Amino acid sequence: MKITLTGSDYNCILEYALKERPDEACGLIAGVDREDGVREIKKVYLLTNIDHTNEHFSIDPKEHLKSIKDMRANGLIPLGNWHSHPESPSRPSEEDKRLANDSKASYLILSLEDEDNPVLNAFHIEGPEGERSVRKEELEIL
Amino acid sequence: MKITVAGEKKEYEDGISVAKLIELEKVETPQYVTVSINEEFVDSGAFESTIIKDGDEVEFLYFMGGGSR
Repeated sequence: MKITLTGSDYNCILEYALKERPDEACGLIAGVDREDGVREIKKVYLLTNIDHTNEHFSIDPKEHLKSIKDMRANGLIPLGNWHSHPESPSRPSEEDKRLANDSKASYLILSLEDEDNPVLNAFHIEGPEGERSVRKEELEIL
Repeated sequence: MKITVAGEKKEYEDGISVAKLIELEKVETPQYVTVSINEEFVDSGAFESTIIKDGDEVEFLYFMGGGSR
């Protein structure tokens, strides 16, 4: 699957993730699944990591609920989430895989390991707990 | 009774619990689902004892979290 993100939304994510360091930053992505098979992100949500650590994130459930309602009001569907890895590569950790409970979601991971060269990748994660398979999605920043 | 589930109007019999609604709505991996009724979150330990009422607005949210290790 191909997934697109606007340059301005990418910059929003990056700036927020840099500001939140050393903690992991997180949020949601919303948009549309187009008929041509492209998953188009139309809005990103910058939400609170209630764990406030550099090794974990949990999205604030109240903000999560508010975001879902905002998506609905704007004709968008939830497409997945994003989070940063302040000190590690852009790939799902074992905990990321364990907690990837929505097989329809795209999971975006922004690595800030090299501050001058941030890396954003998108992943699809599915399968039963303990046997999750990970597939990298084609991400295009417009 | 008429309720709203994830933004959609639905009709269910009176007196069903949150746990029963999770079953009827065929919610996947319910152990990772957070439930809110009228924007108030329901403790997962109270899913069996919390009864849905006419007019309630129910949302199912998947816990979203992870880590870098």
